[in-house]
Amino acid sequence: MRLVSVAVFFVTWWIASLLIGGAKLPPPPEVLQVMFAQAKSGALFLNLGVTLARVAVSFVLAMTLGTAIGYWMGRHRLADRLGDPWLIILLNLPALVIIVLAYIWAGLTEAAAIAAIAINKLPTAVVTLREGARALDPALDEMARIFDFPRGRAFRHVVLPQLAPYIAAAARSGLALIWKIVLVAEFLGRPNGVGFEIGVAFQLFDIPLLLAYSLSFAAIVFLIETALVQPFEARLSRWRPRAA
Amino acid sequence: MRLEVEISSKEYANAAGQRHEVLRHIAFTLEPGEVGVIVGPSGCGKTTLLRILTGLDQDYQGRVSRPGKQRIGMVFQEPRLLPWRSVEDNIRLAAPDVDAKRLSALFEVLELSGHRSHFPGELSLGLARRVALARALAVEPDFLVLDEPLASLDEALAARLRSQIALLLEGRSITTLLVTHNIDDAVRLGDRLFLLSSRPATVRHALPIQPPRSARSESDIAGIKSEIARLNHADS
Repeated sequence: MRLVSVAVFFVTWWIASLLIGGAKLPPPPEVLQVMFAQAKSGALFLNLGVTLARVAVSFVLAMTLGTAIGYWMGRHRLADRLGDPWLIILLNLPALVIIVLAYIWAGLTEAAAIAAIAINKLPTAVVTLREGARALDPALDEMARIFDFPRGRAFRHVVLPQLAPYIAAAARSGLALIWKIVLVAEFLGRPNGVGFEIGVAFQLFDIPLLLAYSLSFAAIVFLIETALVQPFEARLSRWRPRAA
Repeated sequence: MRLEVEISSKEYANAAGQRHEVLRHIAFTLEPGEVGVIVGPSGCGKTTLLRILTGLDQDYQGRVSRPGKQRIGMVFQEPRLLPWRSVEDNIRLAAPDVDAKRLSALFEVLELSGHRSHFPGELSLGLARRVALARALAVEPDFLVLDEPLASLDEALAARLRSQIALLLEGRSITTLLVTHNIDDAVRLGDRLFLLSSRPATVRHALPIQPPRSARSESDIAGIKSEIARLNHADS
């Protein structure tokens, strides 16, 4: 079914390019040709690799911090009260503002780019995990206390599985957010990566190049989602009765 | 383990801020290895009492003495199994030191052998209760607490689980506290009976049940039940 869906996408694209004209929307073969040329020269893989590395680092950073802060805020009233205003501001601050400020304050550096991306994702992870921590079942908590579970065992086997759907939701939405933001950060202040290349293509009005990078990027996202994220989610929920 | 209880009062504040007294002057002693049964009307505070006795609730007036650090095995009213772990893992997480032979014997008595690798979501309430009971016994508790273990099971299933509990308690000498509102269960399983009043709950009567469980005949049971009925009648 997925293959059919991909095929429909390419066919629609081809028809649209015939209708609009190749100058604005080049047909698939032209774009694929550019993609192969970029791949041959190595530039495609280099840029994709750099972007992926930024995604990975900022994702891990934001998820780790976000989970810890969210859990803490969900469990402690005072932490929740103190953290909430910050959370509201960060949640609603446009990504562009954070990225530009990061570049101004920390220079056009790798650290600034990664921090800006991570900070954009952080508040949504915090909010999701805070809900998860609030929804923890006190009955199971009492069970663990009665049976004298050591802290580590209680966290791993009682708390973590209850948080797992929230962590998965935060990871899923967070990854989508990062995919969107990483290119903006690269566009604005990095000398490599998919976002940078798209910026170059934009300035030269090189639409095949622009589409070649967008498409490879989309393909990578699709690959990671199906090969990593979905099997991981399936494993987490294997104890649940399956929906028909 | 010897259990001495002297609770003078336990209050709750409801959402509107009013205070309700749930327990008032509950005093009793349970000798090591004895099975005490607490019988009282629904909602009289039996579960609250158990929460205090197991240390889950520390906010009360009075004193509960349990010597040192004791291993507690508890069967809650709801099974409270970890839904994401198999039956066997649920038990092993609570009792990491249980050896395979003892565990198999427990599974055998409770007729759980075929369900080891099932997840709690795949079990009926009766089965899940038995898993909870297996978990409570697998930790080799010094103090065993059973909160309405037979509630909302049908008659036949309740009778079977009751005889399984009796069988399991027989071979061990665990200080046990059983909570129920069923006089029949109480008389069949207990050594000592505590009759509670409705809220605020106090111990109205404490009576030892004679003869010992293994020698108790149907006519003994009928006799004790009519004695309890007489006491209840005299109170009302």
